[in-house]
Amino acid sequence: MGYPHKSHPRETPVLSKHFGDPKARELETWKSFGGYRALQQALAMEPTAIQDVVKASGLRGRGGAGFPTGLKWSFMKLGDGKPHYLCCNADESEPGTFKDREIMRWTPHALIEGCAIGAHAIGAETCFIYIRGEFSEPIAVMERALAEARAAGIIGKNAMGSGKTVDVWVHKGAGAYICGEETALMNSIEGKRGNPRIKPPFPAVAGLFGMPTTINNVETLAAVPHILNNGAEWYKAMCTASPKSTGSKLFSVCGNVARPGNYEVVMGFPFKEFLYDLCGGPPPGRKFKAIIPGGSSVPVITIEEAEQVKMDYEGFLEYGTMLGSGGVIIFDDAQSMPRQLARLARFYAHESCAQCTQCREGTAWMTKILERIVAGQGTFEDLDTIFELAENMTGKTICVLSDSCAAPVTSGIQRFRHEFEALISGKRSSSVAVAGAL
Amino acid sequence: MSHGPSASGGALVAAAPHGHDHAPYTPVFTAGSARRAELDALITRYPTKMAALLPALWMVQEERGWIAPEAMSEVASVLDLTAAYVKGVVTFYTMYHQHPVGRHFIQVCTTSPCLCAGADKVVDSFLEHTGCKELGVTSPDGKFTVIEVECLGACGFATPVQINADYVENVTPEKVPAILAGLK
Repeated sequence: MGYPHKSHPRETPVLSKHFGDPKARELETWKSFGGYRALQQALAMEPTAIQDVVKASGLRGRGGAGFPTGLKWSFMKLGDGKPHYLCCNADESEPGTFKDREIMRWTPHALIEGCAIGAHAIGAETCFIYIRGEFSEPIAVMERALAEARAAGIIGKNAMGSGKTVDVWVHKGAGAYICGEETALMNSIEGKRGNPRIKPPFPAVAGLFGMPTTINNVETLAAVPHILNNGAEWYKAMCTASPKSTGSKLFSVCGNVARPGNYEVVMGFPFKEFLYDLCGGPPPGRKFKAIIPGGSSVPVITIEEAEQVKMDYEGFLEYGTMLGSGGVIIFDDAQSMPRQLARLARFYAHESCAQCTQCREGTAWMTKILERIVAGQGTFEDLDTIFELAENMTGKTICVLSDSCAAPVTSGIQRFRHEFEALISGKRSSSVAVAGAL
Repeated sequence: MSHGPSASGGALVAAAPHGHDHAPYTPVFTAGSARRAELDALITRYPTKMAALLPALWMVQEERGWIAPEAMSEVASVLDLTAAYVKGVVTFYTMYHQHPVGRHFIQVCTTSPCLCAGADKVVDSFLEHTGCKELGVTSPDGKFTVIEVECLGACGFATPVQINADYVENVTPEKVPAILAGLK
C-alpha cells in the first residue's frame, strides 16, 4: 500500500505497510497480519528482557531527540511500589511533520500494541496517548480501536489472559505546540497550562502526577512490536551508514516538491536519491533551493549540502543539521527565504508558552525584525541583532522552543545572506508580503 | 498564548462576535445528566480530579459552542478547582473559544510548508466567499468565522483547512466556493 502514494520500490515499508488500507484499522484484519502476537509474547517476558531486546535493536526516539529507547526505559526503577506511567506523545505539531497522524489513522492497533508493550516494559499499568486536539479523525480511529481491543480483552485488567493490567487511554489536547515537549505534555494531562517543567527531576524520577514516567513518540512505540516479532538483529540490520542509526524511518515530505507525502526508508538512505527518485524532484520548471530536513526546529541546509547527506542521525549532523522528527520541508528557487523564515519565527512566537524571558521576548523580537526586513524596512544592523538575539535564545531556557526558533533563522541567514541583503539594500523587494503580517 | 506579534490562532477568537445573541448559560454537568455520567466515568482514569479539566472543557464546548465565564465556574465547582484557575487553563489553549464563533469555524493553516503552497491566497478566498472580510470576525449571518492557524500537522496535503472538527485537505483558492456550498 502507501498513502497518499503507492509505496515506491525503494521504500522499506514496515510501519507504513498498511497505510491507505481502511481494513487495517479493524482488529480482526490486524490480527490476521500478525497483530498482538508481540504483545502476547511481551506479557510473558520480564520487563528488563524487553528492554534488552529494544536496546540491542538500536531503536532511537523518533520524535526528534533520537535518545536510545531501551536505555530510556531502563531509567524506570522497577518494583519501587509507585505507579508508573507511559505517555505516548501524539501531539504532532512540528511544522513539516505528519507521520504520526498517518500511523494513527491507518494502523491504530500497531500503536496500541506498542503502547501496551512499552507500558509493561517500564512497569506501568497505564498509558496515556496524548493526541493534539486538532486531530479529530486520528482520535476517532484510535478510540474505536481502543474500544475493540478492550472488548477483546487485549488491554485492560488481565490483558490477553496474562494476569497483568495494561490500560491505554487517549487524552485529547486543546491546541498548543508546546505540549509536544514532554514535561509540558505531562502538565497538560494533569489539567494544567502546558508550561514545560524544569529538569531535573527527570520524568523517570518524578513525571506524570509526580510518579516515574516515560514519554515516547508514536513512531517509536509503533516500531516496538516489529522488533519483538522479528528480533533485534533484523532491526539492527536495517542500517546502511552509521551503525548508531538503525531501523526504518518515516520521512514526511512537504513544501515545493512533486510528490509530497510519507516515505519510509532504511536509515542511511542517500538523500539525493530520496529527493529526486522517491519524491519526484522539484515541481515542473523549478529547482530545489533549501531544505529543513527534520521538522522546522532544525537548521536549514542548501540543496547542494542536502545532496551529500546520508539520511540518519549522524548523517544530518555532519552537515550541521539534524534528523529531528523526519519532517522534510523543501523550498524551491521561487521561494523567498527571508519571507519563509519570518513566517517560521512567527510560528514560534505564537507557540511560546511565555514562561522564559529569552523565549517570550526573543521569538517576538525576531519575528518583528524579520518581518521588517521582508517589508523592505530592514537595516544591515538588523542581521547582527538577530545573531545577538539568537545567542541569548539558545541554551538558556527551560525547554528548547526558543533554540528551535533561533536554529532555522540563523542557519538560514548564514546560507542565504544575499537574499536578506538584497531586501535590505532595496535591490529586490519581496513580491508578496508575509501572510497577514504587520 | 496571545502574546507576541501574531494575529492568528486562538488569539483571534477574542475579536468581537457579530450576529450572536448570548443565550443565558445552561449548566452542562447537572446531576443525572449524560455529560455528568461521562465526566464521572472519565475521572476514574486519573488519580486527580484536575486531570479531567481538559476533557470537561471539551464537553462544554461541544455542548455550548464556546466556554463562557459561567461555564468556567461550573467546571471549577464540579472538579473542586477555582474559576480563576480554570480560566488560566482555558486561555492557554488555542482551541477553546472564549467568545461565540460562527457555526462553521474555519481554520486555514498558513505555517511555512503551507505558505509554500500559497495558503495566504486560500485565506483571502475564504474571507471573500464567506463574507467575513476580516480574520476572526464572524460573518453577519453568524455562519462563518475564519482564522489563520499554526501548523495543522498535515503539511503533505497543503493547504489543509480545519472546519469545526474536520480537515479538508489540498485546498486551493478555486475550491473554496464549492467547499462552502457543502456546509449547511
